[in-house]
Amino acid sequence: MSEDPTATFRVEAGELLEQVEQGLLDLGHRLGDMALVNAVFRGLHTLKGSGAMFGFDALAAFTHHCESAFDRVRKGEVPATAELVSVILSARDHMAALVDGDAPKAEGDAILARLAAAVDAARGGGAGAAASAAVPAAQGWKMFFRLPADAMANGTNPLMLLDELRDLGEAEVRVRTDALPPLSELIPNECHLGWDVTLRGDISREAIEDVFIFVMDDMTLEIAPLGDEAPAEPVVVEDAPAVVAAAIEAAAPVAAAAGGPPAAAQPAVENVRVPAERLDALMDRVGELVIAQSRLSQLANNRHDLLLRSVTEDIERLAGELRDTMMVLRMVPVSSLFGRFRRLIHDLARETGKSIELQTSGETTEVDKTVIERLFDPLVHIIRNSCDHGLEAPADRLAAGKSETGLVKLSAHQAGGEVLITIVDDGRGIDRDRVRAKGEANGLIEPGQQLADEELFGLIFHPGFSTAAQVTNLSGRGVGMDVVKRTIESLRGSISVTSEAGKGSTITLRIPLTLAIIEGLLVRVGESRYVLPLSAVEECLELSLEEDLRSRGRSLITLRDRLVPFVRLRDLFGTGTRPDPHQKIVVVATGRERVGLVVDQIIGNHQTVIKSLSAFHRGVGSFSGATILGDGNVALILDVAQLVAMAQPREETLRAAS
Amino acid sequence: MTASILTVDDSASLRMAIRIALTGAGYAVTEAVDGADGLAKATGTRFDMIVTDLNMPNMDGLSMIRALREQPAQAGIPIIFLSTESDADMKAQAKAAGATGWLVKPFQPDQLIRVAQKVLGK
Repeated sequence: MSEDPTATFRVEAGELLEQVEQGLLDLGHRLGDMALVNAVFRGLHTLKGSGAMFGFDALAAFTHHCESAFDRVRKGEVPATAELVSVILSARDHMAALVDGDAPKAEGDAILARLAAAVDAARGGGAGAAASAAVPAAQGWKMFFRLPADAMANGTNPLMLLDELRDLGEAEVRVRTDALPPLSELIPNECHLGWDVTLRGDISREAIEDVFIFVMDDMTLEIAPLGDEAPAEPVVVEDAPAVVAAAIEAAAPVAAAAGGPPAAAQPAVENVRVPAERLDALMDRVGELVIAQSRLSQLANNRHDLLLRSVTEDIERLAGELRDTMMVLRMVPVSSLFGRFRRLIHDLARETGKSIELQTSGETTEVDKTVIERLFDPLVHIIRNSCDHGLEAPADRLAAGKSETGLVKLSAHQAGGEVLITIVDDGRGIDRDRVRAKGEANGLIEPGQQLADEELFGLIFHPGFSTAAQVTNLSGRGVGMDVVKRTIESLRGSISVTSEAGKGSTITLRIPLTLAIIEGLLVRVGESRYVLPLSAVEECLELSLEEDLRSRGRSLITLRDRLVPFVRLRDLFGTGTRPDPHQKIVVVATGRERVGLVVDQIIGNHQTVIKSLSAFHRGVGSFSGATILGDGNVALILDVAQLVAMAQPREETLRAAS
Repeated sequence: MTASILTVDDSASLRMAIRIALTGAGYAVTEAVDGADGLAKATGTRFDMIVTDLNMPNMDGLSMIRALREQPAQAGIPIIFLSTESDADMKAQAKAAGATGWLVKPFQPDQLIRVAQKVLGK
C-alpha cells in the first residue's frame, strides 16, 4: 500500500471537484435546493481542510473564500443565484489547476473579485472579528475546578487533567466532595467532585486554560494568581486520584453490563482504492499466467501423463476464472464518463445561446476502464455536433412546434459482449440533400446514384466531410467524424447513424466490453504466425493453387455474387516464401466493407492477451498489437480496419476497370 | 497494552495521515469511512479513543457521536472531532452530542498525538 497521503489527496481532490461540479450544475437548475447547497459546501469544506493538511496552501486559501460564500448560502444569509453558481464553477476550474500546481494567481484574484461581487449582488454582507485578550503570567495560580456531571461519560478523564496540571508545575491537589449525592442516589459515571489546585511556577494562564480546553465552556473554573484570595475554602482533604479512579473503575463495568449484548457490527461495504497502474500490472501478470498456462497445456497434451493432464486442466480452469475476475475488476460504470458531459452541455448551451437539456440513462453499465478513457474524445465530438448542428436555435424550435429546450439523450446498455452507447438529439436531423450534394461535390458518390440511408449517412464518416455551412467555434475544427470513426474502430467497435428530417438524429456506438483479451484466430503466413480478432472474421475459404494463379493481377473473388478484394499477406509482408499448396482466404469485415486475407494456414482459435506495441512500432499501420504464444513466440495482431482500408481503394480501381 | 483508536473520516488522505501519525506514536488504528461505518465498527467493542470528522455522507459525525453515547457500553470513551475554524458553533453542538474534545484542521501530526496523549495519558 502506498503511503503517500499527498498522492491520495490529489486523487481525492479530483473526485471532490467532480462532486462539487455536479452539485453546482444541479444547483443551477434548482437554486433553492438546500441539500445541493450542503453537498457543495461539504465538498469545498473537505477540499479546503485536506488541502491545508497536505501543504496546498494556495488551494486552501482560495477555496476558503468559496466555502465562506457557500456557508452564507447554507445559513440563508445569501440566496444562491445563477451568477454565484457560475462564478463558483469557474472557481472550481481554478481549484483543479491549483491542485495540479499551475494556476496563475491573477486568474484566482479575478475569480475572487467576481465572487465578492456576486455575493454582494445577492445581498450585501458584513464581517465580524473576535480577539482574545492576553493575560499576564504570574508566579503561580490557585484554582478551583468542577467538571460537568456528564464529563466522564463523554470521555473526559479528570485524572488526565490533573496529570496535565502536574506537568505544568508543582501542584498541590485537594478534592472537594461537598457536592456528592447520598450513596443511594449516586450514579457511578457521573462526576460530582471538585478540585482545588495550587500550581507554582512561571505558568501562563493560557497554559492552564489549555488543559481545560475541551471542557472550558461547561465547567466551573476559577483561577486567581497566587497570593490573592482563595476562591473558596477546601472542605474535605483527601487523596483525590484514588476516589476518581474508583469512580472510573466503577463506571466501566456498570456501563458494560447495562449495555446488554452488543449488536453485531453491520458489515459495511468497503471499497478499496487502487491506482489504475496497479490494475494494469495485475492484468499483465494474469496475461502472463494465461500464456504460461497455454504452454503448459501444450506440453501436457504431448504426453500421456493423465495426472499431469488433470492438474493442467485445473490450472486452465483457474487461470480462466482469474482472467474473468480480473476483467470485472477493470470495469467501471459509464456514469464516470457521462458525468463529464454535463459540464460540456452547460458550456455548449452558453456558447451557442441554445437551451439544451442532457438526459442520461444506463449509467450503471460497466465498461473496461481503458475503453471509457478512449471513448471520451469521440463522444465529446458527437455531442458537440448534436448541439451545434443538430439542435436548432430556440426560435426555430418554437417555429417547428418543438419545445424551446433541445434534448440530448445519452444512454448505455450492455448487449452480449458489447456495450451500446446511443446519442440521440431531437434537432433538425441530417439533411439528406446536403449530404448528397456534398458527397457528389467531393466525388464520393456518382451524381444521381441510388443510396440507402445507411450508405448516405455513412458518407459523413469520410475524411474531410462536413455539412456545416459555416464552421463554428464548436465543431468543424478539422477533427471530423472520420476521426471519431477511426477511434471507435481502434476500440474494435462500430458506429452508425440514423436520422429523420425535422425529428433528430441517433448515433449508435457498439463497443466491446474489454480490450485486454480477445478471442483470436491464429494463422500462419510464411514462417510467422499472426492473430486476427475472431469477431472480425466472417468466413474462411480455400484458395486453390489454380484459382490463385488464375486470379493473379486481379485479386478478387466472388462471394455470394459480390466481388471481394483480397490481399496476399505473404506479399504484403514480403516473406519471400513459397505459397502453401492449401492456402486459405480469411474473409474479414468492418462495418459493411469486407476483404479477404490470404494466409498459408489457419491454426485455430487462440485466447489472445493483447500486448501493446512499443511507441517505436506504433506507427506500423497493419498491426494493432502483439501477443505471446504458448511456445513463447510472439505473434502480431492484425489491424483489420487498416487492412480493409488498404484493400478497399484497390477494389474501387479494380471495379472501375472491370 | 497498545491503545486502540478508531478514526472516522470520509477522506482517504486524511485517514491515511491520521493513521500514519497515530501508528507512528504507537497506537493501533482502525479506519472507518463514514459515520455509519464508524458506528458499526465501534458497536460491540470498546476503542480507547475515537477521532471523527463531522462533515460526512452516510451519517454525519454528530449523529454518530449521539448514537455512540446512547450505548452505555461506549460511556467514557474519549471522542475527538475534527473541525475547522469556521465551525465555531459546531463545537457547541458536538459537545452537546457527547464529544470529548476537538482538533482544528489543519493540524500537524504532533498536535494529533498531543491530543491523544491528553485524553489517554502518556
